[in-house]
Amino acid sequence: MNKTRKPELAVIGAGPAGLGAALAASKAGLNDIMLIERDIELGGILPQCIHDGFGSIVFKEVLTGPQYAQRFIDEVERANVDVRLRTMVLEMTGDRRVTVVNDREGIIEIEPKSVVLAMGCRERTRHQVMLPGFRPAGVITAGAAQRDINIEGLMPGRKIVILGSGDIGLIMARRFVLEGAYVEGVYEIMDHPGGLTRNVVQCLNDFDIPLHLSHTATFIHGRKRVEAVSVARVDEDLKPIKETERRVPCDTLVLSVGLIPENELSKHAGVELDPVTGGPFVDERMETSVDGIFACGNVVNVFDLVDYVTHSAEVAGRGAAEYVLEGRKKEAPVRVVPGRNVKYVVPQYVSDLDRDIDFYFRVEHPERAVAARILADGRLLAGKKHRMVRPPEMIKQSASAVDFAGAGGAREITVEVVAGEEQA
Amino acid sequence: MKNKHNFVCISCPLSCALELTEEEGEVLGVSGNECKVGVKYAEEEFRDPRRVVTTTVPVRDGILPLLPVRTAEAIPKRLVVEAVGALAGLVVEAPVTDGQVIYPDMLGTGVDVIASRDLARVE
Repeated sequence: MNKTRKPELAVIGAGPAGLGAALAASKAGLNDIMLIERDIELGGILPQCIHDGFGSIVFKEVLTGPQYAQRFIDEVERANVDVRLRTMVLEMTGDRRVTVVNDREGIIEIEPKSVVLAMGCRERTRHQVMLPGFRPAGVITAGAAQRDINIEGLMPGRKIVILGSGDIGLIMARRFVLEGAYVEGVYEIMDHPGGLTRNVVQCLNDFDIPLHLSHTATFIHGRKRVEAVSVARVDEDLKPIKETERRVPCDTLVLSVGLIPENELSKHAGVELDPVTGGPFVDERMETSVDGIFACGNVVNVFDLVDYVTHSAEVAGRGAAEYVLEGRKKEAPVRVVPGRNVKYVVPQYVSDLDRDIDFYFRVEHPERAVAARILADGRLLAGKKHRMVRPPEMIKQSASAVDFAGAGGAREITVEVVAGEEQA
Repeated sequence: MKNKHNFVCISCPLSCALELTEEEGEVLGVSGNECKVGVKYAEEEFRDPRRVVTTTVPVRDGILPLLPVRTAEAIPKRLVVEAVGALAGLVVEAPVTDGQVIYPDMLGTGVDVIASRDLARVE
């Protein structure tokens, strides 16, 4: 079969981002939406995130990952969306020709009028953190361990050391204990946890699992299977201090050392990527540098909360619908600049100030009693006080169409975090 | 004598640093909370800490081998490990629907363990 389908929108990936984008586009008036997912079911990574803590913003209640996914899956199944499971996108070009493959139809070419990228992110592996040592079985990323335990029903090991204190690592520390394994400890190279405080409390403290800050793994021992991991304290330059090195016997090393947006398809299509986030540059519609190609969720930057993924997906879905139904009619983009104590901001550009815009950003270092502010050419548009800001906890600051009134023609939008007394 | 207890609110990712003041077990006040949920959390953490328990149970004839389950509400923290143990050996039959009761009244708490998703039967 080789006829070219020309849907109004192709959404690539059916995790929370893809599901949210497809639904939002459908509500905004698109009738011909193709949702492409390579897995056997919808939901992306959520089905394996069996812990609770999802949905406190979107649904005002605390759900598990599968429950959160289920609500969107039910809605997508009722909506007029062409869902293609077990279907993989092989390639996409800058003029939106998309090649997909599955085991029913073979290779299909589609030419959607718009695209939403929703491929999510990948885990960093031992190669990206350059862990020395042998290459035995028993070195596994936290997300892979999560899939083994929660979906496949397999135990990756019995005596566990966790390197990195990202949220998935913290969640898995608890999970391993509940499944009968022994977790020796969590080692974090930075002097603060990588994950949310709430996860340190309920996953480590509740189970008396030690968290060793300013520590890293220095060697993986074992020829066939992990036998031990050497760990050491690090100095101010994050270099291991030799005298503090000790050998921790274990059979499994679990890595929770960060996530990287998955943008192989985007790169091939010529989508420009932000070197700081690892995801596409996007504007207030979540449109990338390529006309008609939008992006949302963790493919753009790693959001802490699925609720924020959903919000970004709704913006992208509406943006794609607007693009298809009304055509392109945008102002020249204005750069959004990270100001004081801001590492990066999404979106990186703003074209039209005629709508409410949510800015997502991370601070560079922890700070107490501050105000997060949005400025246009130095003039304050919106701001909010925060008792505490931390790098692992993303900040969302909205500015409404009303806030933007009179900011038309601005040359630069700045997002900054300043000491509290400077609050407007 | 007044005592202070520090908790980190786990109700949402804001992770508010709470300080509860009590005198002979009577709560006098809570500070550090961004919202009223924090007050309730600190009081509960002091008197009767509770957690939602999530785990999986095997499924017969499902499209996947495991079903994720949760306690419908939080149960006393001291019962978490015991609760997971109580589910050992349980096998459910597909199909399952989201919210279906899998194990009623966990350890006499009155809280049911429910399915966390739909799980279709393999065809």
